[in-house]
Amino acid sequence: MVSLTLDNLGASYGRTRILDGISTGKLEGGCLTAVVGPNAAGKSTLFKRIAGLIKGDGKATLEGSKRGRDGICYMPQDTGANAVLTVYESIVLASRQGAGWRVGEGDLAEIDRLLESLNIANLAFRNLGELSGGQRQLVAIAQALARNPEVLLMDEPTSALDLHRQIEVLDFMRRLAAKRGMAVLIAIHDLNHALRYCDQTLVIANGRLIASGRTADIVTARMLRETYRIDARIETCSQGLPHVIVDAAA
Amino acid sequence: MATIATETSASHLETGRGQYRALVLRRILILVGIALALCLTLTLDMALGPARYTLAQVLSALTNPTAVADQLRVVIWDIRMPIALMAITVGASLSLAGAQMQTILANPLASPFTLGISAAAGFGAALGLVGGVALFPGAVELMVPINAFVMAMVASMFIYGVSTLRGVTVETIVLLGIALVFTFNAALSLMEYLASEQALAAVVFWTMGSLTKATWTKVAVTAAILVVCVPLFARQAWQLTALRLGDDKAASFGDNVRRLRLQALIIISLLASIPVSFVGTIGFVGLVGPHIARMLVGEDQRFFLPGSILCGALLLSATSVVSKILIPGAVLPIGVITALVGVPFFFSLIFTQRRRAW
Repeated sequence: MVSLTLDNLGASYGRTRILDGISTGKLEGGCLTAVVGPNAAGKSTLFKRIAGLIKGDGKATLEGSKRGRDGICYMPQDTGANAVLTVYESIVLASRQGAGWRVGEGDLAEIDRLLESLNIANLAFRNLGELSGGQRQLVAIAQALARNPEVLLMDEPTSALDLHRQIEVLDFMRRLAAKRGMAVLIAIHDLNHALRYCDQTLVIANGRLIASGRTADIVTARMLRETYRIDARIETCSQGLPHVIVDAAA
Repeated sequence: MATIATETSASHLETGRGQYRALVLRRILILVGIALALCLTLTLDMALGPARYTLAQVLSALTNPTAVADQLRVVIWDIRMPIALMAITVGASLSLAGAQMQTILANPLASPFTLGISAAAGFGAALGLVGGVALFPGAVELMVPINAFVMAMVASMFIYGVSTLRGVTVETIVLLGIALVFTFNAALSLMEYLASEQALAAVVFWTMGSLTKATWTKVAVTAAILVVCVPLFARQAWQLTALRLGDDKAASFGDNVRRLRLQALIIISLLASIPVSFVGTIGFVGLVGPHIARMLVGEDQRFFLPGSILCGALLLSATSVVSKILIPGAVLPIGVITALVGVPFFFSLIFTQRRRAW
């Protein structure tokens, strides 16, 4: 199974240091890792740096991979595409990068399964420009998954989804990660989702790693106060699940 | 509780695959239809002129030139065919250049003229026509097209050079192109102001665009450039299509966006500058050809690429026909007629389709 280790990862835009000294233990395949932190903390930059889309110091080491860096897929935040393409074509496009013109029956069967799995088969032949933000986000997930990644870096994949869809997607990703042995890192703002679905959590603030470890150990009242400047409690509900209860801004 | 399906419904799957295959087939048929229409306009273009021939006469002159009268053979093969083929190769080149320019700059208004390539070529031509300046000494006969080509490439390389600088965005390139258009147009106006009456008429005629000076050599050069450039775009079809989903998305697919854009820009420069240097300013095809193709076959480059080539070729070939029949006995400047014919056709497509095409 694949695993990803970050070693002193850093990045700059011009003279501005955006990421600095991000190191982690092994982020194992089959697990979901939440990447949390305030706005502009460097979460997207971290993903781009891991995916090799921007240069910098340090390294991201992939072990147990069959495809090397090609196995890493970054799913950016909603890009609001206005291309004259149908949803189906855009997913074919994602799956065929670097391949020949001919699209095989097997490729199409895989795309059909993916659309079914994400409950968006009804959107298949709508144009991308006609979709709502939430629908575009679901299509972006399908595009990323069509690339069969070993490591998937999802940048706020549920930010435009309604609550029902958020639960569906996160539940689906957890099952898919386990099934494929895929390492999934999700930048997410909803800490209750992180507590419920993510095995591990990385907390990023001002481009630095503040804390990392098991989500239940990381999401604490102290972390919330220091990172988000809020007074909050972590309480266990009647089903035994931990929840963040926010009292006030600190 | 989460309900995302893990099982698949066979009927639904069939529909997805089947619909996609049907979509692909429909697009192939559209391309075949445009190609057939192009064959028709090409034949018509050769049939029309001061001496009118029937389509049957043209076809027999094409298929069996030794069996037809000398006059017919000479008119078709030596006079009309270079012009008719020039219309096709120039239309195809400019439309393809416009299509890829719109793709890489993510701008529906982009065309070879947006980046000032045409304006630069116009200025180059005027240098030769008005000042007698040969930018490439030794080829006096071809002074005007060579001047136009050199200036077009200078403009292209300037934009290429600037776009390699760090931090230069797509918007910057478009703005730079517009600035070049104004600069070269101002310089051209100055040349026209200073020109003699005879030189002024020549410059004005050149800037209107004309196919009448087409020769087999010019056709061969334009076609050769097209033959070289099309495979270069074709092998990057998926990457170019991905560019339309945004830079971040294309990069996330593993594409080197910066390199892709620069490579495309160089090929576009070549595609745009050669035809302009031969036939003058024919602006409309590069803008509208790609838009018509986009409406008909979408933006999957496997269809958009041949679609743009065929639409541009058809547009200019049809315009060549119209320019001959509008005023019998006179061949009107093709650059002017392209816009006059193309605009109503383009509007009709927009209003009949009434769906998003950018």
